[in-house]
Amino acid sequence: MAESICRALRDGALEGELAPALTIKDSVASPFALQVFSHVLSQLFSSILAGKSQSRGLVVVSFSRSPSFYLDLLKNKGTDIASSNNQIQILDCYSDPLGWKDQLAGSRNFTALSNEVLVSSTAIVFREVKHMDKLYNSIIELGKGLVGGGKIRFSIAIDSVDEMLRHAPVSSVARFLSNLRSHDQISSIFWLLHSDLHEARVTAVLEYLSSIVASLEPSHQLANGQRGDLENFSLIKHNSKKGKFHVRFKKRNGRVRVMSEEVHIELSGINFTSLPSEGAINQGLVPKVQFSLQLSEKERIDKANVVLPFEHQGNGKPIQIYDGRRSLVDGKHERPFAAVENVQTNENCGSGEIIYYRDSDDEMPDSDEDPDDDLDI
Amino acid sequence: MNQRSSNLLDEALGLDQVIEPWPLRGRVVAIEDQVDTSGSFVLHHLLKRSLSPNSSNVAIFIAFSQPFSHYDRILRKLGCNLVSQRDNSRFFFFDMLKLQCPGITPEGGLIALYGKIHKTISALPEISWKNVSIIIDDLSLMEVAANGSSDYVLDFLQYCRTLTSEFDCSLITLNHEDIYSNEDRPTFLIQMEYLADILIKAEPLATGLATDVHGQLTVSNKGWNKVSNFHFKVKENVVECFYPGRSRG
Repeated sequence: MAESICRALRDGALEGELAPALTIKDSVASPFALQVFSHVLSQLFSSILAGKSQSRGLVVVSFSRSPSFYLDLLKNKGTDIASSNNQIQILDCYSDPLGWKDQLAGSRNFTALSNEVLVSSTAIVFREVKHMDKLYNSIIELGKGLVGGGKIRFSIAIDSVDEMLRHAPVSSVARFLSNLRSHDQISSIFWLLHSDLHEARVTAVLEYLSSIVASLEPSHQLANGQRGDLENFSLIKHNSKKGKFHVRFKKRNGRVRVMSEEVHIELSGINFTSLPSEGAINQGLVPKVQFSLQLSEKERIDKANVVLPFEHQGNGKPIQIYDGRRSLVDGKHERPFAAVENVQTNENCGSGEIIYYRDSDDEMPDSDEDPDDDLDI
Repeated sequence: MNQRSSNLLDEALGLDQVIEPWPLRGRVVAIEDQVDTSGSFVLHHLLKRSLSPNSSNVAIFIAFSQPFSHYDRILRKLGCNLVSQRDNSRFFFFDMLKLQCPGITPEGGLIALYGKIHKTISALPEISWKNVSIIIDDLSLMEVAANGSSDYVLDFLQYCRTLTSEFDCSLITLNHEDIYSNEDRPTFLIQMEYLADILIKAEPLATGLATDVHGQLTVSNKGWNKVSNFHFKVKENVVECFYPGRSRG
């Protein structure tokens, strides 16, 4: 399923249509968006290098991490950065986003360190993150520098829009993203979002702007309030390594496809596996006892097929309240059976049965009288 | 001094083996505490560890909360002499007690503070850069100094993070969880949780206050993909950390 996301970004935009846009969102309970983002980025870049994607270059707009993080990430995946200079550029909004270093250099003896220059061939420092227009222009300029003008497209990765939303109102950020999607040289765009840092409407705006929304949720919801119990701690521990990954694709034909997977975080990276059935997830948490607490498949089907006696079947027949007496069902005579009642089958077409043994046939049917009426208090 | 008892905390942070090069280099450590369970002891412990005599680590302490004399007294009980460390240029104390950032505007003040830290580290020999710890006590008071603007504080913290990338030094902060717990979205707190490589939470026990156990620490170490939880008791000269049920009463 993560494969589907990478494929969608690889395939890119159709002529005259908006570029596909992916939101990767998480929350503190399952903070794995960065790992997913890194995974998608490295996959997309590999296909760019191999010439298998529509996009011919990648611009990474990095607010939350230093450019060297991304260069190291790609190097660890086996990419030779030195020779791929003309296919990746990083707009460095991390090192000096507000121009403080410039201000300080002007007034005191502040010396910027020379190691900032080391990554300059692939990274350009951007100092005005409050100005969305300038940011937009810088990104387009960087991208055109990679792929030239004309019809060749490039992709954009933004880490993360949270920082953008801190510096500019949501309307500016939405306009910025929308403009990028409409630019005819953008092949695909994806960004990272921490949903608990913003109001719900802000997250909703960004989701509306995306054609794919990938969200991370904890495997187990924690009980509200008490974080102190040991049980909660084991859930926290469990949630720190695993999570649920839900993806919603908005197709061009209007259909929406929703898929889910399980995500495992290891030191080496992230793994996606298909979601186990509900029973398996709960296996670990169900106490071990000597009777079976689970239902087999057949049992589940039988249970679903049973028509409950009070259910209105909607087939015109009068409702018959079943109280275990065959006589009521016949509607005519009462047959005095002293012995245990026969198994009474409900009228239904399935194989579900309610087996009810009445204690004694002598009991009067339930009446409307209040049994406590004869009390003399 | 009982070295062994703090080991659970040291183990969770990787401080139980070598101290140099500083195991927390390049990392952001965020400590969150509550009124009932003050997390200052973690700050003091990390300060003591960084100024260990077996190393040449440097600590830059940005104090909004208490004067120098307070930390000096506490660290003396833990076996560390801050005055001589300060004289040896291993301990730099930035007194921010007047709750005013130097400068005309709060933002200007924070920019100046950042500049001062950058200058202090640059002045050290390059080999020491990764052994520097920047310690901030505490973030909620820094917010007060910035006239309540958490945005400026977050900008400042972002620039401090660039210091960890530039110099490979470490950043250790303390914040109070219950100050923000009334808000629908404690954004400032959550931002720090995302920023931190290691998150240390000091909370009361679910069962309430006790004499033998003062609270519990949960250490989430993202770099090691590991979460640890244990109880602690703060004593005069030392902090005891032990697994639940193992208190020596």
